[in-house]
Amino acid sequence: MSVDSKTVKKIASLARIQMDDAEVEALVPELNNILGWVEQLGEVDVTGVEPMTAVIPNTLRLRDDVINADPLTGGGVRDKVLANAPAPEHGFFGVPKVIE
Amino acid sequence: MTESTYRIQGATGDWEVVIGLEVHAQITSSAKLFSGASTEFGAEPNTQVSLVDAAMPGMLPVPNQECVRQAVRTGLALNAEIHKYSRFDRKNYFYADLPQGYQISQLYHPIVGEGVIEVALDEKDPDSEVRQIGVERIHIEQDAGKLMHDQHPTMSYVDLNRSGVALMEIVSRPDMRSPVEAGAYVKKLRSILRYVGSCDGNMEQGSMRADVNVSVRKPGDELGIRTETKNVNSVRFVQQVIEIEANRQVDVLEAGGEIVQETRLYDPDRNETRSMRSKEDAHDYRYFPDPDLLPLELTDDFIADCKSSLPELPDAKRKRYETELGLTTYNAAVLTAEAETARAFEVLLKETAGKQGKAETDVATQVANWSLSIAPGVQKALEVTADHEHNTPAANAAILAMVAGGSVSGGQAKEIYEIALKTGRDPEEIADTDGLKQTSDTGAIEEEIEKILEANADKVEEYRGGKDKLFGFFVGQTMKAMKGKANPQVVNELLKKKLG
Repeated sequence: MSVDSKTVKKIASLARIQMDDAEVEALVPELNNILGWVEQLGEVDVTGVEPMTAVIPNTLRLRDDVINADPLTGGGVRDKVLANAPAPEHGFFGVPKVIE
Repeated sequence: MTESTYRIQGATGDWEVVIGLEVHAQITSSAKLFSGASTEFGAEPNTQVSLVDAAMPGMLPVPNQECVRQAVRTGLALNAEIHKYSRFDRKNYFYADLPQGYQISQLYHPIVGEGVIEVALDEKDPDSEVRQIGVERIHIEQDAGKLMHDQHPTMSYVDLNRSGVALMEIVSRPDMRSPVEAGAYVKKLRSILRYVGSCDGNMEQGSMRADVNVSVRKPGDELGIRTETKNVNSVRFVQQVIEIEANRQVDVLEAGGEIVQETRLYDPDRNETRSMRSKEDAHDYRYFPDPDLLPLELTDDFIADCKSSLPELPDAKRKRYETELGLTTYNAAVLTAEAETARAFEVLLKETAGKQGKAETDVATQVANWSLSIAPGVQKALEVTADHEHNTPAANAAILAMVAGGSVSGGQAKEIYEIALKTGRDPEEIADTDGLKQTSDTGAIEEEIEKILEANADKVEEYRGGKDKLFGFFVGQTMKAMKGKANPQVVNELLKKKLG
């Protein structure tokens, strides 16, 4: 699998990352390098081997349905949430107008 | 199952409409799907947003067990296959209401597989056609935030309170063939969700909304190309979208054009659907398994607990009301359509049976008629709702017991109920104090009848001579003499005996 400059431009546009042609051209071999490196895994025969999701036996932990049980993952922290927003307004994030 | 006969009449003949629905239902839970922030509706902007929901770097999602449980219970209620192994995937797209840049969803391994919903086109009609609408899958996913565009001249405002709230996406098979079928499906699904308690079904607040897939074809042809109209938020709108979209497609095809597979938006003000061309790229979601989340594996015990926690569901309840309680199809359907109506009926049924010392089956029809027509009529006249503080099961049961015992007439029952609702006074006390009772005392009634017959000897003669219509006159005279408080049944019996 490899990518060309057209694919790189499309991925950049989907992720809303602005890139000029020189940057795109530089990125094509870089990405292909990574893809090629990962593709080496394809050389291993995994017929009959179950896909592994973690290297150690582990199960998904679930949380109880309790509001703000842990302050680190609870709400009520608007100031923190908005602290780095470039244009907070009346408790909202302000963003450039996005409407059709 | 008979085929639907709904057709769009085009210039080239009849067209059949094929409909599939993706219903997004907000899962009832206190906290969000992957964080501890509250899900409550209507809070100040961004006050119910955790660092997880705002997608701050380094935060890890941990699934809320209750959301998983409610999705499984919903699947079981739809007789669907529960997948003991499911997984979360990232659906990538860029939009201001999605701080992560991806929605955590379940594409490849959803938690619930194939199920079915039985839909009667008109539940209240015993002869109505019944259809089996297939459910392809249910998966769990995050909701996005909310955008407001009208508060500032150049900016949109983002409120992330809804971001990360748990949704179930319930995907139907393309099994529907008319707007009415699709409407009945949404209503039935909403009823089931409310019974199960997994979603409040409140379409106005957006806790339930539908993406409507529509295509058209000549009957017997292959499926046509479909369009998807997003975020339709009422049963009526779902039906309208199908109608206008199907007609639009027929017009395009008959003019020699082609249908483009695309996402459209419904504009209720202009009653039309419009293409969302700017989102052409948005379908390239680049799904991949979310590396932050291990597979979700369910145990048999967990599923068994979910199953045993299910209440009696609307179909089973409706059948039981008909067969065991002997209610009419109409009454059974109306009483079971909403979980809350059925619950109130059952409470009053129990109270009434207890009060009258009878079996529930013996008072069911009385309670059903009272609950469905008499009580709502009085409530409407007084402009109060069923949850009025004085509308207690005990008060209702007391009135019904007096009616059943013959001491209160139907008309008096309404008056007593009206006073009880207004004042909270005890119905038996109202009947006594306000003189709202009829007498079944044969002695007193007989005495009046004797007087009337004596005073109207000529009419008695005419009656005996065959003028049957005069019976009503005697009833009227007796009731008048009794000041309207005689039990009409007793009056009738006594008159018949006397007039011989």
